[in-house]
Amino acid sequence: MTRPRLVTGARLRYDEVREEHLLLVPEGAVRLNPTAAEVLELCDGERSLDDIVGVIAGRYDNADVGGDVRELLDAMTNRGLVVDAAP
Amino acid sequence: MPHPKPFTLIAELSYRCPLHCPYCSNPVDIGGDKYRRELETEDWIRTFSESRRLGVLQLALTGGETMLRRDLTELCAGARDAGLYSSLITAGTLFTRERAAALKAGGLDHVQISIQSPDPQENDRIAGNRSFEKKITAARLVKELDFPLTINCVLHRHNLDRIEELLDLALELGAQRLELANTQYYGWAVPNQEALMPTWEQLQRGEEAVRRFRERVGPKVDVLWVLPDFYEDLPKPCMGGWGRTAMVIAPNGDVLPCQAASTIPGLEFANVMEHPLEWIWNESEAFARFRGTDWMQEPCRSCPLGRQEEDWGGCRCQALRLTGDAAATDPVCRFSPHHDRVLSARESAQPSEFVYRTMKRPARI
Ligand code: SF4
Ligand code: SF4
Repeated sequence: MTRPRLVTGARLRYDEVREEHLLLVPEGAVRLNPTAAEVLELCDGERSLDDIVGVIAGRYDNADVGGDVRELLDAMTNRGLVVDAAP
Repeated sequence: MPHPKPFTLIAELSYRCPLHCPYCSNPVDIGGDKYRRELETEDWIRTFSESRRLGVLQLALTGGETMLRRDLTELCAGARDAGLYSSLITAGTLFTRERAAALKAGGLDHVQISIQSPDPQENDRIAGNRSFEKKITAARLVKELDFPLTINCVLHRHNLDRIEELLDLALELGAQRLELANTQYYGWAVPNQEALMPTWEQLQRGEEAVRRFRERVGPKVDVLWVLPDFYEDLPKPCMGGWGRTAMVIAPNGDVLPCQAASTIPGLEFANVMEHPLEWIWNESEAFARFRGTDWMQEPCRSCPLGRQEEDWGGCRCQALRLTGDAAATDPVCRFSPHHDRVLSARESAQPSEFVYRTMKRPARI
């Protein structure tokens, strides 16, 4: 995975009614914890995986978040929700 | 306990359609006066906003043929402004480049194109009109405009043996999702049940083909495949449970807990022109009737598996059709005293002519 992006048609949103973050996909939704939502927001197909890890670490006192970010993106990739923007 | 919040709104914009599929889920009396009157643009848009406030996130724009609504772009913009994720379900024959681009600009999120078979002649025979080429052109256009594409095919005895061709076609078209929807026996599928009912061998081969495809292609194409009810011995939670996750709005504004609920005698459906959607969901008789578990009879009441809140007693419309009582246990369930009716329906599979869906001729039932 070099430059992750959300699969075509996936949209992040905060549901004010249920007060939770969701990834909306055709005819479905995936519930996200706030950190997962933060990570996915950065998956714009421009940033590299390292860029994303860097931004998140910066927000949490340079904590070691690399493993968690990779794990999340792997799981999302296996479900077809995140794809690689690099050709 | 407060009622669960709905997640999906199925908006049946119109029952008009140029196709004649013999399994169409629309009511058999679509030609009647009751459904000729369709909600106006602003009524739909107001309803979309009301639904979002209730909790709805997914909007399925369906029909009939949705493209026959001239205000479709406005409706998509209304859905976007309301904060809904919108899916357009279309047979694809009226999906021109110009209109598709307008829908994209209007904020439509996703397009689902139904095909009747991966074989052009068979497709046209099942649809009752020449439509295959137009559907394929529409699917390519959907991709070109960067919409996520779902291909939907309703499966039955006549096309189930082509499941591999269907999987390959979806892959070739670049579909993100392939919905293999085994026929559900309501609407026009009821008078056609004997002509549509697949054999167990067909279903097993189909399931095997799906498994191989998933292994080969991975998550690139999400294949939805569910065994039809008739070949199960425990029911599925119909619509995610009555009045729990979804609501259906008919073209005239009647709000239903499921697409087939209008077949249940004595249920009155409130209309969005007369009541706020919130009241309809939380208070109206039709939604309260089979919500939760209090209405259940035996064997559900003392279910040996404690599945009451898992399958919610199964499908009410199926219970009605096979037992004459909408409050009975779904006869798909092996504990139902009427389970033999499901077993004998499996055996009734035999070649017979289609009764094509139409708004003109009366249904032969
Ligand atoms: S199932 Fe066929 S006839 Fe019914 S609305 Fe869809 S395309 Fe039209
Ligand atoms: S008895 Fe009722 S609750 Fe139990 S499995 Fe059958 S349908 Fe479900």
